[in-house]
Amino acid sequence: MTKGGRIILLAALLGVSASAIAAKKDREEAPASQGASAEPENPYPSTYKPYPGRPTVLRGATIFDGEGGRIDNGVVFLSEGKVTAIGGPDTPIPADVLVIDARGKYVTPGVIDIHSHLGDYPSPSVEALSDGNEATSPVTPHVWAEHSVWPQDAGFTRALANGGVTTLQILPGSANLFGGRSVTLKNVPARTMQGMKFPGAPQGLKMACGENPKRVYGGKGREPSTRMGNMAVNRQTWIKAREYQKKRAAGKEQTRDLAMETLADVLEGKILVHNHCYRADEMANVIDMSKEFGYKVSTFHHAVEAYKIADLLRENGICAALWGDWYGFKMEAYDGIKENLPLVHRAGACAIVHSDDQDGIQRLNQEAAKALGAGRRMGIDISDEVAWTWLAINPAKAMGIADRTGSLKVGKMADVVLWNGNPFSTYTRPEKVWIDGALMFDSYDPKRRPVVDFELGQIGAGDVK
Amino acid sequence: MKKLAPKLPFGSSLSRTACPTASRRRSKRTALAWLALALSTPAFAQSLAITNATLAIGDGSEPIRGGTVVVSGGKVVAAGAGVAVPAGTKTIDAGGKWVTPGLVSGFSRVGLAEVPAVRQTNDTSARSPFSAAIDVAPAINPLANPIAISRTAGVTRAVVAPATGTGIFAGQGAVIDLGADMNAITKPRAFQYVELGEQGSEEAGGSRAAMILTFRMMLSQAQDYAKAPASYDGNSKDALLNRIDAAALVPVVTGAQPLMVHAESARDILTALSLRQEFPALKLILAGATEGWMVAREIAAARVPVITAGLEDLPSSFEKLAATQSNVGRMVKAGVSVSMGMLTGDDALQLRVATQQAGNMVALTKVPGATGLSWGQALRTITAAPAEAMGLGDRFGSLKAGRAGDVVLWDGDPLEMTSAPLAVWIDGVEQPLANRQSRLRDRYANPAEGALPKAYEW
Repeated sequence: MTKGGRIILLAALLGVSASAIAAKKDREEAPASQGASAEPENPYPSTYKPYPGRPTVLRGATIFDGEGGRIDNGVVFLSEGKVTAIGGPDTPIPADVLVIDARGKYVTPGVIDIHSHLGDYPSPSVEALSDGNEATSPVTPHVWAEHSVWPQDAGFTRALANGGVTTLQILPGSANLFGGRSVTLKNVPARTMQGMKFPGAPQGLKMACGENPKRVYGGKGREPSTRMGNMAVNRQTWIKAREYQKKRAAGKEQTRDLAMETLADVLEGKILVHNHCYRADEMANVIDMSKEFGYKVSTFHHAVEAYKIADLLRENGICAALWGDWYGFKMEAYDGIKENLPLVHRAGACAIVHSDDQDGIQRLNQEAAKALGAGRRMGIDISDEVAWTWLAINPAKAMGIADRTGSLKVGKMADVVLWNGNPFSTYTRPEKVWIDGALMFDSYDPKRRPVVDFELGQIGAGDVK
Repeated sequence: MKKLAPKLPFGSSLSRTACPTASRRRSKRTALAWLALALSTPAFAQSLAITNATLAIGDGSEPIRGGTVVVSGGKVVAAGAGVAVPAGTKTIDAGGKWVTPGLVSGFSRVGLAEVPAVRQTNDTSARSPFSAAIDVAPAINPLANPIAISRTAGVTRAVVAPATGTGIFAGQGAVIDLGADMNAITKPRAFQYVELGEQGSEEAGGSRAAMILTFRMMLSQAQDYAKAPASYDGNSKDALLNRIDAAALVPVVTGAQPLMVHAESARDILTALSLRQEFPALKLILAGATEGWMVAREIAAARVPVITAGLEDLPSSFEKLAATQSNVGRMVKAGVSVSMGMLTGDDALQLRVATQQAGNMVALTKVPGATGLSWGQALRTITAAPAEAMGLGDRFGSLKAGRAGDVVLWDGDPLEMTSAPLAVWIDGVEQPLANRQSRLRDRYANPAEGALPKAYEW
């Protein structure tokens, strides 16, 4: 067993944040170059296509629609990969479709984890597969997390079967101030990363505040070794990025620079900033820095002190992606409290439950329940269906995909979980999970339980997990 | 063995001398005021009855409605249905709410680290000339915030293990209570801890072959020491143990002190069990055992208790390829006594996830093909079972007569994540439920500053 906290510390160092932006939809479709720096539009395009599904009606369940709505004894109809109808018991449905009796069960949109390192820090956790932090320079916006994703990480399949996770953002780690670009994946097994890539989802930029960058580089005797050093290196980098972006926008000749391309896309609002930041005072500094250089922070990740500045987050339209109850494993996590999510929510800011963890991603519903209960005990009365926004529409908005998934609205992707009870109960598990209308997990069908290549032929392969 | 006695809480005058560390960390005035507030508990264990409870004993039996528990002199007098309350006893009507024994963490490092990543606060392991002789008891800080935070969540006792620093043996762990007082130790030197898997192989120089040989030779040298302490030369070239470490392993070889073996894979578990062929008196406890289900019959036959993490289901290392959440259920079904604890990190902080571990075992009973636990069995893995694994099942861990008055009254089903304790008693003494986190919560219930900065709100 490792020394107490070592695992957490490692996770905090290696995998703590990333970001994604909202690349426009047409980026997927138009691999043309533009401008004098001849930048290809979409060099690693998604090859994901929805798997075949059959028209299916879930009838009789309690539905949390992911945007705060609840329907008792509801009906959801999935066809052609989309939600095609949702409503009460009288919702008309066509004949000749599969009807699942969901009475006594719950239906929600698929869980979205905005903060994962699956594939980049996969199982088994060995050095040869450790690909989440390019910890050789504090400024690495040129690296893309998707180029480290190993699709054969069994963690994806556990997140699906036990956690009902249908979409997740894979971020570079937090050793660096600028960690690199993130990627958003559909949680479908595939031979390649491209086979999982969420079509048209914007990329993110992972940034990191605080202890990790200053420890990693200070420990090497180089900048940054302090929080002021963190900010100074950030600002110097943004100055360069703005120059690059201006030249690019003006169509002036310049040598392509992958790092600057990422940052220029941030400055133009195409890439979303996901900033690992624990302390309230540091988040306030980052907000000022974003105004100084003219970019927007989508989400502060980990943000254990978000509750101290929930008003600031609301005013600036920044989401906080949070754990249910992690605290104290390092100094900047010392003030973590269970009421963080409900306090941020009550202040009118955007609250998100995230995992940053291969185990936690299997129980984001339970992490939310911890916070929900703690909030109710202090008089913050948030209903179950409203709390489900923390796992659904809020992360979808923060990742720039809310027009396509994150709630059960007609026309959206049929990313759906049928739970065998109230999903905020510890006693509840996903019974079936659909992604784009395809049944990708069925607890009653062992053959709908994916087994990755790494597991195949090993002891325990295909076992219930 | 130390007697479990009703606790004397400390007041501000005692705390002034008893907690120099805390005083250094905070401004003196703030520290004392905070302590006085947080620790203003009743002075003595009172006689107490809780009636009309959904009562769980902790021994594996299912909860009963309308149950009563009576505590007196710091111990459970009786618990069950139809238990009479002695006249004059302070009585709480639970109104149907849940009552359980205090939770017991089967594996932790609580009290050994305030902030694990802050080296100065982390006493879990050491680069030291000593190994087996290391005794965590004097290093445990009863004022560590994670103790208070865990107590607030209903955890009343914990197994506390050292971590290895310079070899396969980490030293001697303790069993503690999490009461708000300066007297944490329930049983010091409750077990010796050894790594006999991937970590052990690394500690032994890089191979399991070297690890097993090292283990056998160290125990053999402890036997030499026991035969003739005066002639044992800890400085000789052949000595693997200095005199103090050799002496510390003597009770392990004789079986006077349990040996907690950390092994995860099926083959490492069988290797550990086979050590009793050479050292028949070894009193083994298995920690980890992620692949225990594969050799559950052998573990059961050896009558070795297991403390495991419960929710591991990923091949996160090559010694955990067969990980499944059904591990606990399958071992219990095979007759193994299984406890749960913090085997996968966060062991100094998050003891409160015990209820989540147990609740998920119940969830598995509804998953086709999985093996879970009944509610009563699940609670047992975080109450009576770990106490029994430590050989202390007659002293705490259940609400049977004569056990310590460690009782929790909950506002809902204790295994649901939305629930929390309404009251916690340890040795019959009601515990404060405020902690640093609740103070931060209250200060920032409204984040906007008032007439004066937040620092004036306390």
